[in-house]
Amino acid sequence: MNAVSDNLIEIRDLDYARGRRQIFKGLNITIRRGEVTAIMGPSGTGKTTLLRLITRQLIPDHGLVFVDGIDISTLSTAELYEFRERFGMLFQNGALLTDLSVFENVAFPLREHTNLSNRLIRHIVLTKLHAVGLRGAADMWPSELSGGMARRVALARAMVMDPDILIYDEPFVGLDPISMGVIVRLVRQMNDALGISSILVSHDVEEISTVADRTYLISDGKVAASGSPEELHATSSDLVRQFMHGMADGPVAFHYDAPNYEEQLLGRDED
Amino acid sequence: MLAAFRDLYITFVQFVRTFGALQLFLFRLIMHSPGVIFRRFGLVVGQVYNSGALSLVIIMVCGLFVGAVLGLQGFDTLSRFNAEDSVGTFAGFALIKELGPVITALLFAGRAGTALASEIGLMKATDQLSAMEMMGVNPIRRVVVPRFLGGVIAMPFLVAIFSVVGLFGSQLVAVSLLGVDIGAFWQQLQQTLASEDVYEGILKSVVFGGAASLIAVWEGYNSIPTAEGVGRATTRTVVITAITVLIFNFIITAWML
Repeated sequence: MNAVSDNLIEIRDLDYARGRRQIFKGLNITIRRGEVTAIMGPSGTGKTTLLRLITRQLIPDHGLVFVDGIDISTLSTAELYEFRERFGMLFQNGALLTDLSVFENVAFPLREHTNLSNRLIRHIVLTKLHAVGLRGAADMWPSELSGGMARRVALARAMVMDPDILIYDEPFVGLDPISMGVIVRLVRQMNDALGISSILVSHDVEEISTVADRTYLISDGKVAASGSPEELHATSSDLVRQFMHGMADGPVAFHYDAPNYEEQLLGRDED
Repeated sequence: MLAAFRDLYITFVQFVRTFGALQLFLFRLIMHSPGVIFRRFGLVVGQVYNSGALSLVIIMVCGLFVGAVLGLQGFDTLSRFNAEDSVGTFAGFALIKELGPVITALLFAGRAGTALASEIGLMKATDQLSAMEMMGVNPIRRVVVPRFLGGVIAMPFLVAIFSVVGLFGSQLVAVSLLGVDIGAFWQQLQQTLASEDVYEGILKSVVFGGAASLIAVWEGYNSIPTAEGVGRATTRTVVITAITVLIFNFIITAWML
């Protein structure tokens, strides 16, 4: 155990382009152990792409990602599958397997990776479902769940293998206020009770402010600002202020790039 | 002129590339097949049910009517040569060697192939495949291979059922309706039909089953993960399967004769 142990994930000078579009350019992010780290940014800044880079579903064009001090680009396929077992991931809409019941969805990783008895699997699954308050929904099907419930089931599934790192991809999108409150509470609770680290990708400023320990705001492929939610709120940067206060116009312009308005409207007759 | 030539070249290169990728995909499916068959046979059985048992109704209804039409047309044509007793042979050869495998494959593409493509495409569009990968489960092994094998296993049985029901349909029309002698109907067929003819039908059913299942899972797995992309994948499944099956049918027939 040395100084590395405080930093769980380190991203150094990361570049990534999809096609001709440069998504990240010189991105640096440090995620500390035991904290809830939020990654925010306007839509289309590649937040989900970042998660995929951290779990090596995508490979950066340049730069390194360290997890626990290990450069993940050096992992072999077998090591990679083992490495991924350290992560639990909650996808945007839960990504529950539609052909399995709620119970079987949560049991899925156990059935695929372990030889536990049915009795033990039942025990584990019901405990995890109870933790998210859905023990009563064990026999339902994913199509019968509301958006918030589906996400809670997905959270139970993400936890079932006892990961060290929980990743949430846009966990608050499209939820009613009550479900939103439930998820916010669960994120914090899971993180502290289980002693894990959480990474949260979102653009819901309100919710992030209540739950995150540290926030990174990404814009134009790099970190535009970072710090605790209070620090971001108090910042003087125009971009950060626009984002944090949801202002329609600012560095991110209200008008999409277009030719001159007057010329386009009035110049039509001349040609 | 040069532009047209370049477009043609690009299309050709793209076709070769896709075809190569399809072969690699098939190779991956085959490599994973033994593991799935021996360790997760339950998954394959489930898919035989989905692709096979659930296609039974459409296969049997269509078989009955195709056979019945063969009975009518066969009787009409053959009676002009005073050979209406050969209706059984006519219908039997047509069903076992050609119409059974071909029409079953086309119906299979429409019923089971589209279901496979849209199911896999939807799983991709709703991140279910990525979620599996994140849980350390290979979606090719868990999702694609069982569906592919299910189709491959189900098709020959569907073809057999189609042909049998079709023969029954033509007997119904020729014997019960048009008064052909039932003994002549079956005996001529029995005498003229060689085992090679049946083998041809079986070979076709296996090849078509493999092709139809492969195209369906390929289109689903490589679909664009949006609602529009999934819709397009199901359409492409039917179109490409139909073309492939008819071309293969010609090649196999020419080769077997």
